[in-house]
Formats: sequence, structure tokens, C-alpha cells
Amino acid sequence: MRPENYQARSQPPSNEFELNFGPNHPGIEGNYAFRVKLNGDQVLEARADAGYLHRGFEKLMEGRLWIQNIALVPRICVPDPVPMEVCYSLAIEEIGGLEVPERAKWIRVMQLEMSRLAAHLFAFGGHAATTGMYTTMFWGVADRDLILDRFEELTGGRVYSIYNIPGGVRRDVPEGFLDRLSSLLDYLESRLPDYDNLFFTNQVFVKRARGVGAMTQEQALKWGVTGPNLRATGLEFDVRRDDPYLVYDQLDFEIPTESGGDALARNLVRRAELKQSIRILRQVIERLPSIEGPIRCPIPNPLAWNVPAGEAYTRVESSKGELAYYVVSTGGDKPYRVHVRGPSSMHAVQVLEKLALGARLEDIAQIMFSLDACPPEVDR
Amino acid sequence: MSDIPYKDKGSILRPFKSLQFFARPAVTQPLEPRPASDNYRGFHVNDWKKCIGCSTCQKVCDNAAITMVRVPGLPEDPVKGIRNERPAIDYGRCCWCGLCVDICPTGSISLTTEYVHTCREDELDSYFVLPDPNGIHGEHFPKGWDKTADADLVDLERQPMGELPGEERIDSFDEIVEGYTEQQAIVEASRCVQCGMCHDACPTHMHAPEYIRAIWEGDVEEAVRQMYRTNPFSHVCGRVCTHRCESACSIGRRGEPVAIRWLKRYAMDAVPDLRIREIAAEGKVDYISGRRIAIVGAGPAGLTAAYDLIRKGHKVTVFEALDKPGGMTRYGIPEYRLPYDRLDADVAVITSLGVQIQYNTRVGRDVTMDELRRDHDAVLIAIGLQLGRSTRIPGSDHPQVRRAVDLLRMITRGESFEVPERAVVIGGGNVAMDIARSLARLQKQQFGKVQITVCALEDFEHFLADPEEVTEAREEGIEILDSRGPKEVVIEDGRLTGLKTLGVISIFDEQGRFAPRYDQQDEQFHPGDMVIESIGQMSDVSLLGEELTERLEWNRGRLKVDEDGHSSEPWLWAAGDMVFGPDVVHAVADGHRVAASMERYLAELDSEKQDDGRTS
Repeated sequence: MRPENYQARSQPPSNEFELNFGPNHPGIEGNYAFRVKLNGDQVLEARADAGYLHRGFEKLMEGRLWIQNIALVPRICVPDPVPMEVCYSLAIEEIGGLEVPERAKWIRVMQLEMSRLAAHLFAFGGHAATTGMYTTMFWGVADRDLILDRFEELTGGRVYSIYNIPGGVRRDVPEGFLDRLSSLLDYLESRLPDYDNLFFTNQVFVKRARGVGAMTQEQALKWGVTGPNLRATGLEFDVRRDDPYLVYDQLDFEIPTESGGDALARNLVRRAELKQSIRILRQVIERLPSIEGPIRCPIPNPLAWNVPAGEAYTRVESSKGELAYYVVSTGGDKPYRVHVRGPSSMHAVQVLEKLALGARLEDIAQIMFSLDACPPEVDR
Repeated sequence: MSDIPYKDKGSILRPFKSLQFFARPAVTQPLEPRPASDNYRGFHVNDWKKCIGCSTCQKVCDNAAITMVRVPGLPEDPVKGIRNERPAIDYGRCCWCGLCVDICPTGSISLTTEYVHTCREDELDSYFVLPDPNGIHGEHFPKGWDKTADADLVDLERQPMGELPGEERIDSFDEIVEGYTEQQAIVEASRCVQCGMCHDACPTHMHAPEYIRAIWEGDVEEAVRQMYRTNPFSHVCGRVCTHRCESACSIGRRGEPVAIRWLKRYAMDAVPDLRIREIAAEGKVDYISGRRIAIVGAGPAGLTAAYDLIRKGHKVTVFEALDKPGGMTRYGIPEYRLPYDRLDADVAVITSLGVQIQYNTRVGRDVTMDELRRDHDAVLIAIGLQLGRSTRIPGSDHPQVRRAVDLLRMITRGESFEVPERAVVIGGGNVAMDIARSLARLQKQQFGKVQITVCALEDFEHFLADPEEVTEAREEGIEILDSRGPKEVVIEDGRLTGLKTLGVISIFDEQGRFAPRYDQQDEQFHPGDMVIESIGQMSDVSLLGEELTERLEWNRGRLKVDEDGHSSEPWLWAAGDMVFGPDVVHAVADGHRVAASMERYLAELDSEKQDDGRTS
């Protein structure tokens, strides 16, 4: 523009301004953006801006053989990939009428709880970082790595295990694995008081998190909140117990709840779940050696496998909430349609937008991490 | 609910709690490299000696990371099912899921425990790797994710085929094999990994992957359509083919090969004969070329050529000496292996296209070669090997010493002969099994018991007959002896009493020529009223006539032809067993080859004619 043509545009005086929060921001999980309108540092309006991690998984799955998708689904949620594999496999098993051997079911439960532990360590580690307590994050990540070591041993992969296939699991449990898992659990349990001292009872955290991003149970149900976020509002609902899958009905565990409904309560629920997951894993370690038999039922040649026509909706309790797969088969060698009902799409979009209203700018990151929303799962 | 010792108010002393960590070891992990777990999915290794280049890994790869690359210098043999291609991995695409390992039919590919590969910008090609047994950096890392029995994605077990039990089938000439049900066929077809080894190995290159896929999809008509692309004798081949496809099948590397032959049989039986005729007529030209072709012999080679040529619009006449079509498939193969009505169905498809067959017309007696040449543009002789060879051992000129092909022909035609109470068969090929098993049925009907001894020159390790033939023959009560060479037919007072044999030391001499050596000490006597020679056949070329025989070129008693079956006379071709053995599917392949050559010849005639028209 030529300088002589420049005229300053006059605007009414205002304290309001817009801020782009993300998509690359240390206070955001993954690549996710938030456009906020602020008055000073108070949020007046918040718009979630998803889609930076959209890879079209649901569409991709329609073009791939049933078995090829097992390598794809764990990528939908990086921190907690196992429920993706298990839930997808459960759906195909339901449509195809496959009888999963008992041993495979126990191995699946073991993985699911290991994954929950790893995901929770990652989640509150992240939350701690948003309040400036990086030690907790380093500890969380370091301890999660020990679980990943066990995943590497069991499944051959550290993060994406690609270990569950329709009909069962791909390899049997290595020799001595349960002993090593058991000593890992001992170690993790011994770490819990440290985490309590460092983070959960730390006033820096407690005072920052209390009352932030609070919702009532009624609101939570209306907004489609599930998992630890829902349990933090006092509702004792868990798919593992209320709609049991695999062998959860044979296991003894509690469903921790809190009543606050805020960022603090959500983290305390996760903290209590660590203990419950360890409890479940100890029961699996005790029972698994006595359950013999195959680890997979016979399945056809994957290159010529027509899953019978039909549809299934299967759900599991992931670390982030209720994860479900809706799979439709028209009797072909590929899925006709797969829909992933991820918990994070509710938490990161509609819930976060509402909880951010009236909050302060520095709490947005805290709210997002306390909801444990996972942007790759939102975008898929 | 939470069991945390939670206090609402902090204490001023709490920060001092961290002092206890001074006494604890650091959380930081040491940075020394540690080995990966035994199951780790690292970079690929591939045992090139085991790998057959079947490309199944490429098909299952969900990221299209695998490309099959030709590696010159590696062995390549379509009959054995080996290609000189090996999988190359693009590590820009690979996600290390290990499905390639779990599905590999041979078990050659696996993943190592190697963690790291880095490169500079100018070495980006190093992400595209052709895995060999040494690993990506040649460092021989131990195997991580490898094939295990309970994780194998290859279905190694074949669907069982129902068969009549030995004691039941010996009473009659009823077909032994029951055939697959629809469910069995679909399950069996689902075992196929579509590698195409069968297609490469088949003499006539049948589109087996395509028809197996069609059977799996439940579209048997499409399966038949795929078969008729290359084989108008699919009923016959679905029952008695020597199935080189199955020997080459990649699933057969570790398990039982896909039952390709039985699947073919299933599809052919599942489609009504009339519909098969319609399918076979698809693609037939709708004009008449005006060319006339004579074919001598209504066996598989001659009729396959007839099928190809009639589809091109030529007028084809087949001259058959006997009263039924099929040649050796009818007069050589017993009915319990190939029911005649299925053979008739195959031939009926060919005649329905317009091929004329003149039965009871022996060329050389009822019509001469000169007449054929005069009335036709091209002539094909496909007369097979109708004369049995003799051992020429002492006593083999006795009337009770018979040739297997003669007896089999008589059994098929229903001609009566005196069935021996005890018989000795010389030979170890499928024809020897055919005659032994046919005689066994006649003995059972007439005498109520089976007394047949088969003396084969080869030992069981190098046996010529199919293993299942040997097993089934034994189940039917036939005694089979290996490494026995015939010495003499024993005749007492003009009556044949049996055969003396010697133990075999070696069959071939150092130059690989046939020159059996016997152990004179190891002599055995096998009693019998009849000795049947089944040591090979030869062609009866007397039909050619003296003058033509003189003009043609010969190679050790066989008519000399080029690779297309073209003889030294421009109008004359030869095909099938008489020039190129040894079984039905080779005859079919030969029929196609010769028909293509004849077609080219006729096209040249046409273009010469057009040229003449222009110049005049």
C-alpha cells in the first residue's frame, strides 16, 4: 500500500482482544488450537479449532483389509493405544461370531490396565507441567517408560503394540514376564507416596486446581462426559463394571469417585485409579498362569477374510473415558464403515469451550490437561 | 473416596521433605545402550534361501511399504515355485506391525532387535532397504519378532476330501473322490494368498488365482470363465491333472498346498453343462473365415487346438479312429478316476461351438493324408502314444504277456478278455497303477479277492507314480515292489506261470543314459497267469503314408517339429503326447501353442492373398 493511501482505521475503545492459543503451544496437548476472546486475562469466549491432526482414519479403514486396520487404530490415540486395538477387535469378533480364548481375554485385560497406568502417568505429568511443576512430568514420563519396557517385551512395540487381532492376541506372554511386571508394580506402588507429596497434596497444585473448570454431574451427563471426568462429578459409572467386557466381571476392583467436578477432583480420580489398576494387574498376574490354552481362535487367511454382514457397537473404558467402535460389515473383505466414538471429541470441544468461559487465560491449559483430552483422537 | 493423606492447608515444613531424596539413587536412566527385548519389532531380515519371492508380504503390508525387486543371480524356477524376486522395504512407509512376518508362507522374513538407523541428508536412499540375512547394517542382530506356530496367519491345513474307503471302492469302477461341498470349497479357496506361483508352474498357465478368488467370492460361473481362458478340459483336469500348480503352491512350503485341482473340479461340477457351453462361447468371433482345418485324433491336444481355431471362425473337422472322443483320457484313464460322462461334458462344450468330429475314421485307412491336405488349408496330427512298449525279455512274446494300454482300452470299450487270477505288472508309473487297480476291480468281481504284484524299476524315493496312487493301490490290496527289474517270463509247457525279477543296483549310467544294472544274486519269482508290461508307449505313425514319412524330418523315431509344433511341411503340425509329453495338461498347453501357430500361418495366407489381389 502506498503510504499516501494509508488511513488508520478507527475502532471503538475496548479492553477485549482475541488470542490464538495453539496449534503449537506448550499448554496444548498435541496439535490443537483454541481461539479465545479475552478481557484482560479473563476468557469471554472460546472456540475450539480442531483438525490439525486429521488423517482420515475412519475413511482409510474402509479401504484396508480387516486385519490391516490393526496397525492403524492404535495411532488414533498415542498415549493410550491399547483400548483402540481391543475395541476394534471386539467389534469384529462380535460381528464374525469369533470365540476369543480365555487366556487371550486375560492378556488383553493385562494390557489394558498397563496402558491405563502409562496414560495416567502421562496425563497428570502433563497437568503438573502446566502449573510449572516439571519434576512431576519428568517422573511421570520416566515411570511410564518402565511400563513401555514391559510393553516392548510383551508385544514387540513400545508405544504402538499392534498386538491384538480379531480372535485374540498375536504372541503368548514371554517367560518370566509376569515376575518382571510384578516387580514393576511393586516399584510403582512405592512411588505413589512420592507423587502424593510432590503433586497431589502439593498446595501449589491444589490451590491452582481447586474450582477451576468445574462442572456439575448434571452438566457432565448433558455434555457427554465420560470416564474419570464424569466420575470426578460423583457418578460411579465405569464401563468395566456396568457393561463388563473380557473378564472384568471376574475381577475385584473399586470405582473411585470425587465430588468436586473440578480440575483437582479429576486428577484425584486418576490418582486413585492408579492404585486400582495395580490391584487388577496383581489379580491377573495371579490368575493368568493357571489359564492355559490357545491365545487366538482360528481365523481365516487375512487376505481372503470376509467378515459376515452385520454391525456391532462395542465399548471399553479407556483411560480417557468411554471408547466405542461402531463397525458395519456388508460381508466384504474390508469394513463398510467404521466410526470411532472417542471420549476426547466431547471433552476437547464442547466441554472445554464451556469450562473455559470465565476462566483465566493461564488456566486454559490446566483445564485441557485435567480433562485429559487427546487431540489426535478428536481429529482422527 | 481418595486414600491420599490429603490436607487442605499446607505446612511450612513440607518443602523439607524433599531432603530425603538426597539419599536416594537418581531417577535418570543410564545412557548405555541396552539390548532390545526378544520380541522386538526392529528392522527386517530375510533368509534368501528360504524366500521364494511369492510377494505375500507385499499383499498384506498395510502401508504399501514393500516392493518386490528382481535380484539377478538368484535361482528362478516356475515349476518348483521359486521366483528371483525379494521384498524391499521402504522405511519411510513401514510401521513395523510385523504382519509380513506372521503371514510369510515360507517363514523367511523376520524382524530383528536392532533399534536405530540414522542417515545424513544425502543418504536418504538408505531408508529403502532390500533385507538380506545380515540385517540393515550387516551387523547380524539377533532375530526379534519371528514366526511362531500360534501366531501364524497362514492356514496350513487343507480341507479334507471325502473318498470311498478301500474295501468299498474295490468292488466297482465308481469314482473314488467325492468332491467338495460349497462350504468346503469356499474355505479351501480362502487359504489362497494369490501369489500366482500356480499360474507360472501350470503348463497351460491356467488363471488359478483368479478362479480360486472367484470360488471364494461364491461366483462359480466367473471361476469357469477364468478356466476357459486357457483350458477347455477343465472337467478332466479337475480330476486327473498332475497338478504342478499344487507342487509350486507357496502354502505348500510349510503346510498342505491349496487343493487347486479339487477346487477346479468343484467349480466345473457346480455350473450346469449348458451354462458352461454359453460361457465357453463368449468371445467367439461371429464371422466365418473360410479356412478349413483337419485335426487327426480327438484327444486333449487335438480338441484344444480345435477349440481355439473354431473360436477364430475356421471350419474344423476332427478325424477319430475310435467311436468315442477323448483319446488317452478315455482309453487310458480308468473310470474310477475320471467318469466318462465328465469327459463327454468337456467334449460336448467343444462340439457345441461347431467342431465336427468324424468317428470311426482312421486316417490312412478310411481317408488318406493326401485327401486331408487337398481338402484343408492346414492339418494337425495329435494321435498320442497308442502302442505299448515291450520289455523284450525272454518269454515276452507269449500271448499272456499283454501291454497295459491295450488292456485299459479293452476295459473301457467293454471288450471281454480272460481276467487273470494272479497278475504281475511291470512298471512303476501312473499307467502301471491304473492297470493294476483296474484289474484288481475285475478280480474282485470275478474271484472275490485281489492278487496283483507290481514290480517297479525305481525305488520308492524316486517313484514315478503319484504318492496317492501308491497309497490307494495298497489300500486296495495290491502288492507294490520297488527296485525290481524284469529278468524273464517263466513259461512251463506253454503256460505262463510268473515273472522272475532281479534287484536293481542303478538305473542310469554315468552319462545319465538309461542302462539299468541288476544284482544277479537277488532273484525273485512272482507267480501269475498274466504279465502286463507298462513301461511306456510309442506313437503309431503309419497313417502318414510312405511318401510323406520320407519327406518329413524325424528325430529318433519321433516326428521333428519346431517349438510351435510345426513340422518341416508348411501345412502340417503335430501336437500332444506324440511329440511332447507326458500328460493331459501338457497336451492342452501344446494344443494352444499349435493352434496359435496355425492361426499365424492362416493369417499369412490371407495377407498373401490380399497382396495378390492388389498387384493383379
